[in-house]
Amino acid sequence: MNEYTLLILLLLISLLWFYFGNKTALSLKNKQLKLNSLPHYYGMYVALYSIIPSLFSYLLILVFDGILFSNLIMEFVPKEILNSPDFNKIIVLAQIDNAVRGIYFGEQPDWVTVASNQMIEWNNQSLILNFFCSISLALGIGYLGFKNIHQEFRSRNSVEKIIISLLGLSSIIAILTTIGIVFSVIFESLRFFAIIPASEFLFGLTWNPQFEGAERAGSGQEGLATYGSVPLFVGTFLISLIALCVSVPIGLFSAVYLSEYANKKERSIFKPLLEILAGIPTVVYGFFAALTVAPLMRNGGSLIGLDVASESALAAGFVMGIMIIPFISSLSDDVINAVPQSLRDAGYGLGSTKNEVITNVIIPAALPGIIASIILAVSRAIGETMIVVMAAGLAANLSFNPLDAVTTVTAQIVTILVGDQEFESAKTLSAFALALTLIVITLILNFYALHVVKKYREQYE
Amino acid sequence: MNKNNSKMLTADEASKIVASSVIRRRKKNARLKTYGRIAIGLAVSFLIFLFVSIFSKGIPGFFQYYVTLDVYLDRDRLDPKGDLSPESLYNGDARSIVLESLYKVIKPKGRKEKKAAKKIISSNADVRISKMVLDDPNILGKIIPITFAVDDDIDSFLRGYIKRETPSSERRINDKVIKFVDKLSAENKISYKFSDYILTGSASRSPEIAGIKGAFIGSMLTLAVCFIIAFPLGVATAVYLEEFAPKNKITEIIEVNINNLAAVPSVVFGILGLAIFIGIFGMPRSIPLLGGMVLALMTLPTIIISSRAAIRAVPPSIKDAAYGIGASKLQTIFHHVLPLAMPGMLTGTIIGMAQALGETAPLLMIGMVAFIVDIPGGVTDPGTVLPVQIFMWADFAERMFIQKTSSAIIVLLVFLILMNAAAVILRKRLERRW
Repeated sequence: MNEYTLLILLLLISLLWFYFGNKTALSLKNKQLKLNSLPHYYGMYVALYSIIPSLFSYLLILVFDGILFSNLIMEFVPKEILNSPDFNKIIVLAQIDNAVRGIYFGEQPDWVTVASNQMIEWNNQSLILNFFCSISLALGIGYLGFKNIHQEFRSRNSVEKIIISLLGLSSIIAILTTIGIVFSVIFESLRFFAIIPASEFLFGLTWNPQFEGAERAGSGQEGLATYGSVPLFVGTFLISLIALCVSVPIGLFSAVYLSEYANKKERSIFKPLLEILAGIPTVVYGFFAALTVAPLMRNGGSLIGLDVASESALAAGFVMGIMIIPFISSLSDDVINAVPQSLRDAGYGLGSTKNEVITNVIIPAALPGIIASIILAVSRAIGETMIVVMAAGLAANLSFNPLDAVTTVTAQIVTILVGDQEFESAKTLSAFALALTLIVITLILNFYALHVVKKYREQYE
Repeated sequence: MNKNNSKMLTADEASKIVASSVIRRRKKNARLKTYGRIAIGLAVSFLIFLFVSIFSKGIPGFFQYYVTLDVYLDRDRLDPKGDLSPESLYNGDARSIVLESLYKVIKPKGRKEKKAAKKIISSNADVRISKMVLDDPNILGKIIPITFAVDDDIDSFLRGYIKRETPSSERRINDKVIKFVDKLSAENKISYKFSDYILTGSASRSPEIAGIKGAFIGSMLTLAVCFIIAFPLGVATAVYLEEFAPKNKITEIIEVNINNLAAVPSVVFGILGLAIFIGIFGMPRSIPLLGGMVLALMTLPTIIISSRAAIRAVPPSIKDAAYGIGASKLQTIFHHVLPLAMPGMLTGTIIGMAQALGETAPLLMIGMVAFIVDIPGGVTDPGTVLPVQIFMWADFAERMFIQKTSSAIIVLLVFLILMNAAAVILRKRLERRW
């Protein structure tokens, strides 16, 4: 008996109700009574009546017992662990959870054994509670639905109403996700700004969260950890700029060629080929940047007497540029195609060559869309994570030199939040503040780009 | 005609000027065309360079060097309790049995040479013997030839990455080991064949026995969860927004929301998972269920947007016909619109799933980066996924991990190509022009 069997049980019960509802409706029909709806709608009505409340209570208990127990179990954690500076709720919970599953190495501390036993007991109790609640709801409310069936009952209308409201509910998930993102970022960011003033975060020139531990251990040196995010944004900007230098010319010229010069066959070969570049996972690009491109650049640089850092902004930016070529070429291709043929014809009618039509008519007409595609590519480059984590490194140098190692906002977020973090420290919280700024920047860029595209579309439609 | 007005040209003069500039203008046109060709050529050559560099490293990663030894499987030493239980075999002395059969071939003299000889065979050799005995107890007490993976340093040496010419102090393996390896090669004991481990092994710090099975199964479980959540929700949302949503502020907010979610960097979804699912709902870390949920939220906008486009592409005449014979709105949608829009919706979903399969950053943040040796048996067992495995292996220093990483990338790319090909075929076969 576990959560899955309970779920299957609930489904079976609703299936059973479907059978009964259907059967009753059929028997009514067999009595030569005219039914309002098709018989299976009566079955579906009862089944929905049974499954929705029971599933709701099932999920509610499943979700909230986790929240409840993870807070209650803290009673069993000894005071000295709770109060110790490196207390981490997630680690403690994981420890207990592993003990519950029976995965552990060596001796367990006593309190973990006690807590895990308590946890197992609670889990069993909640399962029993869940079992009774859900099953009784499935049977009880299902029965209420079943009682509703009579000859003139408009079961189809009711079923459709239920389904439409379910469809509407699912569209709310998107909003819930946004709210979740905003909440998960804002609260932690506010706590961060309570420790570190926002002005220091936004305008500080050194980023060095590594000393946090030393500071707290009472080494006497206060304020060694600094959270000035300017180097991160400069690094992000530098890498994005390099990426744009690669992708904008290549993407634009490809788009112009594919939409204006290429014949059908060329187009059908090269357009998908370019789009493959967008489908390659970023971790593959990161591996490629770190193990192939960066050494190549380093060796190439030393040949001509340049000192290229082994984790240079150039390698990461270059590879990122390759990755975003299709974003620029595809969208620009679309906008160029959307320029009305009449404009082209007018240009040709005046005796222009293809090149003159492109530079004097098509590009100016498509410019807003092209700019939008570039903005989207920028927002993509700013949010890109794996390439910079693997190839750009973590050295927060405030440098505009593409040959230096720099770091980016996303790379810092990942390094700070991967592994075991302490939720209370300024270092962990700083990742949330970085994420907040990242979201704000990408959303503004995106908003602007969509706005431009929309305005442009209206112009020709 | 006014001769004094120099700006006015005769038709003749004008045509002369035009004719003289035509060559220049056509050249300009040709130049633009060439630039376009160069740009596409560059993009395609980057693509080819990427694939060649990955495949040239990755194909050898599917193969590795083995040493074949005649091993006497001594019953008393392998199975001290004599009950063939895993514990008894675990307590047995398989390692020294393997080493003894190795010593028989290379004949080391003294302790130092024996110590060097120990480095040749993978530390996994005893596990292999225990497994063989468990599978077939009849082999106990016999002398049979068994192949073992060689240690990763020896493998790199045999491939020529560790050079003989390098001074011994800078090499990862010393002269004695090289002497033994030469001896083994001279006696034809060393073979190069398809790796037993890359596809069926799980995570390990020893590159010669590391494999992607655990990560692969983790990826499949995560993807399954992602699909089960994202597909129905995405389609339902698309149907609602296209067919039922009233034109009001709330609908508008939902639509803007979905477009914005599509633009949120993937790493932010990891933060969402960390703060909400782990921090508030108390879900355990590193499990495919959590990974699938986070990826589902990430792919949801892609699925919604493509599903809406697919629904919109169904011509109104179909709907009108259904209404005409008395179908309700919901019946029209479920019986006619959705089946016709299904290819388009599935194409979008497959593309979303392919994105999810390659996604790394959000999964790093919810702890799927943990070093997990066990192969996950269900969605609530801790596990990792292929891209994260690639990320972890790329960080390891051993030379052999570079090949293994590239091999893992090849497996990942093959799956992505299959998924995308499926999407293309689906679109081609089921696409209808109205």
